[in-house]
Amino acid sequence: MITIRCFAQVREILGCETRELAPSHTPQCASDLLKAIAGERAADLPMPLLVAINCEHASLTSPVKDGDEVAFFPPVSGG
Amino acid sequence: MIIRLQAEDFDPEREAQALDVRGAGARVSFVGTVRDTAEDRRIEALDIEHYPEMTRAELGRIGAAVQDRHRLLEVLVIHRYGRLLSHERIVLVTVWSAHRAQAFAGCQAIVDALKTRAPFWKKEISPEGAVWVPGQTPQDLG
Repeated sequence: MITIRCFAQVREILGCETRELAPSHTPQCASDLLKAIAGERAADLPMPLLVAINCEHASLTSPVKDGDEVAFFPPVSGG
Repeated sequence: MIIRLQAEDFDPEREAQALDVRGAGARVSFVGTVRDTAEDRRIEALDIEHYPEMTRAELGRIGAAVQDRHRLLEVLVIHRYGRLLSHERIVLVTVWSAHRAQAFAGCQAIVDALKTRAPFWKKEISPEGAVWVPGQTPQDLG
């Protein structure tokens, strides 16, 4: 399974904090997962949208595989 | 390197004094606090959300890279989350080095990286309502 986590505005807009998806049999990238969980609401998401795979910054075109944790969130504001 | 993520407040001087860093000739600290205004709005509080597992990993990567680049002897980062009232402390970054230039540069580099790479999000609470603070991306500092 692939674990998807959403934070801040992404969590609020999609109404999704954590979700598990079965990996597809064909190669997938982070944007494929986003389409699967967001559907038409993808247009409402803040841009740029940031992606992390297994707790490291990645991009929407980064490949994902079974067992990965993929997070979607808006730009960050630490400090 | 010491990294702590916590809801409760901290005492910056006590935290720094608690570490005995051999060879250090300089210690520089940065303390970030909650502003009481944003543009024309009065800010009552800040809700800070984070991605705990990634925050810890990312702070570790930031700290290790800066420690190496600026030859820091020790790095301490304490970052709070949850609801913080205006004027409360949010973050402490303290670094130790042999000489002052490394400590100033290293402390600033960690604070800058926190802004663009550490997965925290802030929502400002004011009498008019709650507003997410615009964030930055890892590319914003180049």
